[in-house]
Amino acid sequence: MRVNDNTIRADEDLYEMQADRIDKSLEKDADHTDDSTASRVSEKFSVKDLNLHYGTFHALKDVSIDIDTNAITALIGPSGCGKSTFLKTLNRMNDFEEGIKIEGSVQLDGQEIYDRAMNPIELRQRVGMVFQQPNPFPKTIYDNVAYGPRIRGIHKKSELDEIVEKALTEVGIWDEMKDRLKKSALGLSGGQQQRLCIARTLAVSPEVILMDEPTSALDPISTMKIEDLAMELKKKYTIVIVTHNMQQANRISDKTAFFLLGELIEYGKTSDIFLNPKNKKTEEYITGRFG
Amino acid sequence: MTDTAAGAVNRKNTATAEQMDFKTKEGIWKVLVIACGLLMIILPLAIGAFLIYRGGATFTKYGHSVLKFLFSSNWNPADDMNGGGHVGAAVYIVGSLVTCGLALLISVPFSMAAAIFMTEIAPKTGNKILRPAVEIFVGIPSVVYGWIGLTILVPFIRKIFNLNQGFSVLAAGIVLAVMIFPSITTLSADAIRSVPISARKAAYGLGATRWQVISGIVVPAAQPGILTGIILGLARAFGEALAVAMVIGKTRSLPKSILSPTTNLTSAIASDMGGAMEGGEYNAALWSMALLLFIISLLFIFLVHFVAMKGAERNKK
Repeated sequence: MRVNDNTIRADEDLYEMQADRIDKSLEKDADHTDDSTASRVSEKFSVKDLNLHYGTFHALKDVSIDIDTNAITALIGPSGCGKSTFLKTLNRMNDFEEGIKIEGSVQLDGQEIYDRAMNPIELRQRVGMVFQQPNPFPKTIYDNVAYGPRIRGIHKKSELDEIVEKALTEVGIWDEMKDRLKKSALGLSGGQQQRLCIARTLAVSPEVILMDEPTSALDPISTMKIEDLAMELKKKYTIVIVTHNMQQANRISDKTAFFLLGELIEYGKTSDIFLNPKNKKTEEYITGRFG
Repeated sequence: MTDTAAGAVNRKNTATAEQMDFKTKEGIWKVLVIACGLLMIILPLAIGAFLIYRGGATFTKYGHSVLKFLFSSNWNPADDMNGGGHVGAAVYIVGSLVTCGLALLISVPFSMAAAIFMTEIAPKTGNKILRPAVEIFVGIPSVVYGWIGLTILVPFIRKIFNLNQGFSVLAAGIVLAVMIFPSITTLSADAIRSVPISARKAAYGLGATRWQVISGIVVPAAQPGILTGIILGLARAFGEALAVAMVIGKTRSLPKSILSPTTNLTSAIASDMGGAMEGGEYNAALWSMALLLFIISLLFIFLVHFVAMKGAERNKK
């Protein structure tokens, strides 16, 4: 077991805690292998022959991948490999980029995402997103969480109160926040802000949560809390997470997809990818020989 | 050997001479810059002191009460050193307030729409065409605005509302609205542009429509900047003399409606200052009006800082 995370070296206790968690997650993966045929796992997203061009740049090449429901799928790969671009195709956040061309099929529960019939606004309500930098609105903590429900026409105070409490409880910061709901969210720490952003996403009860390197701007303790939270959330939601931190992928994900230069090189159970990668490039990347 | 030693001494001497030269140059520039800085501070203070000295005469030398000056509409100051006239400037004050208020009512919706259009809806056209167009607005001299108002707007209002004359609060309000439109628009657009992209993305990610992002996230976040633009626009409208004087009708009576002519502080000062005797009551009363304008513009500046401070505070807590 290689543990080379810089952040861990700094703190002996943290090292122990995380190593422990890694073992646990591996055990869990082992358990999964036993009942891998369980019908519980079905695919949320089904992507076939996805090609994406930014102008003349071919950013995604023939990507085909099925993403499991109620599981964490990690997307790994070096910078510029297309993993974030791929993530954004799943809720059409790519629509805002200029000169983008998408071919192929991306289905959410069997429904074509890039079809005319699909309303991107509705899609993004079903497929929420958490960004790399915590990006709370310059509003109060309460208004941050209530924003989503409000734009969906929920204005009754009792109803909003309930949603806010539920979402903040789900991300584990209700007790810290309940007395300062009317304070600006910008005064929170980075870790608190990121969890608030997750709560804001949960408040609109999505089916999928996309996370784009959600912990890269956070300290090790906050990172750990977000990881625990993700593992907790997968019981109710499907999670797709982009990460640069291979230990993170190993710790929390059920499946891992390795991208390189716009191609999906290898995709499979996280334990398989990390313990016996089939592709040589995958092995080189996860053992830190490039990237 | 002695040669090189002499050379070294020589070199050292020139070096210190250069250094001296450098130091004196540095000193001269420093004094110059400090003098300019001090002038910037002294000049407005001196103007304020002078206005208090001249404008205060109405209340000290001629013994009128400040309340009468502000709230009475009885305006008949004596044009001599004996005084004893009436200096109620309410008509002028009301004229200024009403025209500026109307200008804001007209201008703010248009400015906001333009600012949102050029930043959020069509940023490309906004930057290429709208921004320069709006900036051209700023460069047009006020006498041109006034003249165009006089030849086009005034007859138009007379015709449309079937009046004896078109000089009116409405004409002044419209001319002022056009004049302050660019300041409000550019400042609002800058404020909107400075709202971080990440906040917009977060809202889109939650399934917000473009309009919901603009009204719920972008405009509230840009609010301090927008308010600053509105206040500065208002300050400009308040201080504008020429263009307003040309279309307001300069009639010393309280306006009954926005279609009736009236007058305001700036046009009164501009048109009467030449005729009033130096040091007389009339002259002093006009200076009091100038002092009032000065105080109001100071208030606007304080308001701008207050709004900016509140905005910064809100984003910190």
